Amino acid sequence: MNDALLRDLVPAVIAVLVRRGADFASAEDAVQEALVSALASWPQDPPRDPKGWLIATAWRKVLDEMRAGSSRRARELAVHAEPPSGPVPDADDTLALYFLCAHPSLPPASAVALTLRAVGGLTTEQIAAAYLLPEATMAQRISRAKRRIAGQPLDQAGDLGTVLRVLYLLFNEGYGGDVDLAAEAIRITRQLAALVDEPEVSGLLALMLLHHARRASRTGPGGRLVPLGEQDRATWDTALVAEGVVLLQAALARDRLGQYQAQAAIAALHADAPATEETDWVQIVEWYDELVRLADSPVVRLNRAVAVGEADGPRAGLAAIAGLDPGLPRYAAVAAHLHESAGEPARAADLYAEAARSAGSEAERDHCVRQAARVRQLGVASPRSSRDASG
Amino acid sequence: MKYLLLKHYRGGPARVVDFPPMDRWTPEEVDAHIGFMREFAARLEGTGEYVDGQALAPDGAFVRYDGEGRAPVVDGPFAETKDLIAGWMIIDVESWDRAVELAGELSAAPGPGGDPIYEWLEVRPFLTAPSQISE
Repeated sequence: MNDALLRDLVPAVIAVLVRRGADFASAEDAVQEALVSALASWPQDPPRDPKGWLIATAWRKVLDEMRAGSSRRARELAVHAEPPSGPVPDADDTLALYFLCAHPSLPPASAVALTLRAVGGLTTEQIAAAYLLPEATMAQRISRAKRRIAGQPLDQAGDLGTVLRVLYLLFNEGYGGDVDLAAEAIRITRQLAALVDEPEVSGLLALMLLHHARRASRTGPGGRLVPLGEQDRATWDTALVAEGVVLLQAALARDRLGQYQAQAAIAALHADAPATEETDWVQIVEWYDELVRLADSPVVRLNRAVAVGEADGPRAGLAAIAGLDPGLPRYAAVAAHLHESAGEPARAADLYAEAARSAGSEAERDHCVRQAARVRQLGVASPRSSRDASG
Repeated sequence: MKYLLLKHYRGGPARVVDFPPMDRWTPEEVDAHIGFMREFAARLEGTGEYVDGQALAPDGAFVRYDGEGRAPVVDGPFAETKDLIAGWMIIDVESWDRAVELAGELSAAPGPGGDPIYEWLEVRPFLTAPSQISE
C-alpha cells in the first residue's frame, strides 16, 4: 500500500473515532500518531486490513489519553472500547471534517495546515517541511487551530465556499520540501468531489488539473519563470487537460456557474490554443466578464486587462487598468507588458524595474529584472519607435 | 560554526567598481549573475556548508513599542536610508577563514561585461551555546 492510499484513509478513520464518542481534537491527534506508526512499520509488516489497523491503533491511543486525563470521561468511553467493526461512517461524516478544518473562524494558514493533516493525512513533519517551518511551530499552529474550533459540532453542514477557498489556497502554494502541495490539493479535491456532487467542486478540480498540466513548462533552467506566451506547449500534460475539460463541460452543463468554473473555462481556453497568437482571447475576455460578475476583485480586473490587451490591443488593455490601484501585486508587470506591446520599450523597462522591486518572490523578481533588461535593449535597438510612441 | 553573509542594497564601505542597476544590464548578464548565485548555493549544499538563504523586499519599516494600550509606532519606509539589507546566506563552516574565503567567492559574482562586481558582503559569526566540555 502506498502512502497516498494510506493518507486517503485518514479522514474516514477520524470520523469513525468521533462517532464512537471521541472529540475531534483527540481523535485527530490519535490518528496522526497511528499514521506516523503506520508509516514506520507498514513497509516491513503490512497489516491485512489497513483501515481496521488504523482504527484500532488510534482508538487505543484515544482511550490511553482519556485514562491519563479525566477518568470519568474514560469510563464513558470504555463502553465503546470494544465496539463492533461497524458502522462505517458515511460520506457526510467525512465531509463534515472538510467543513470543520476550513472553519471560517480559522486564519487561512491554520485552515490549510489543519486540512492537510486531518483531511489530507500528512504528518506534521511533512507539513512543516512544505512550509519551511520548524516542526514544533507547525504542531503548535495546528493545536491552536483545533482549540479554536473545539466544541464546534461535527454534524453541521458548513459553507462549501470556505472549503474550496482553502483548497485553492493550498493548490497555489505549489512546491515545498519533499511534499508536492499542488498534487496534495488535487488529491484532496478529488476526494471531496467523490463526496459531494456540486458543479463548483468539479470546477475547482478542473481548474487545478488544467493548471497542473502546464506545470513542467512553467519553469525553465535554474528555476526561472517562463510566462505563458513562451511556454513549450508540447510539454503540457494532455491527459490532465482532457480530464479537466471533461469535468468542466459536465459542470457547465448543469447551468450553475461559479467562479471556479469560470476560471477553469479560461484555463481550458489557454490549454486549447496551439500558440498564444491562436488563443481565443475574445472568449477569454467574456469569461473574465463573468468572473467580474461572480467574484469581482482588483486582481480579477487586472488579469482581465491582460486579456483585453490581447483581444483589443494594448491601448484597450491600458484603459482597462486605468482605474486600478497601482499598488496592486503584479500591477507594474502587467502595465509593463501592455506598454511594451504598445511600442513603448523605455516606459515598459522602467515599469518592469518597478515590478522587480515590488515582486513577491525571488523567481518573479528575477523574471522582471530580466524583462527590464530585455526591453531596454529593444529601446536601444529601435530608439525611434520608443520616441514616436511615448507620451 | 555558523556565519551570516549579509548582502546590502546600500551601505557598507564605498563600492570598488561602479555599475548600473541590474535592470540596465543585458539579459545575458542578468542570467549569468543569477546563475552564479544559484550555483554558489548549490555547491555549498554539496559540501555540507549551506544552511539557509533568503532575499528581502526593499520596502519595510522601523517599528517600536509606544506604551501600554497604544498602537506601535511605525517609522518608514525610508526610500533613502543609508543601509538597506537585500538578503542573506547562512553557512556552517570549519573556521572564520573558510567563511571569509566563501564570502570572497560570492563577492566575485559577475556583473556587466561578465566582470566581478567586487560587492562588499558583511560576514558575522553567530553566537553559539557554550560547549559542555569547556566547563
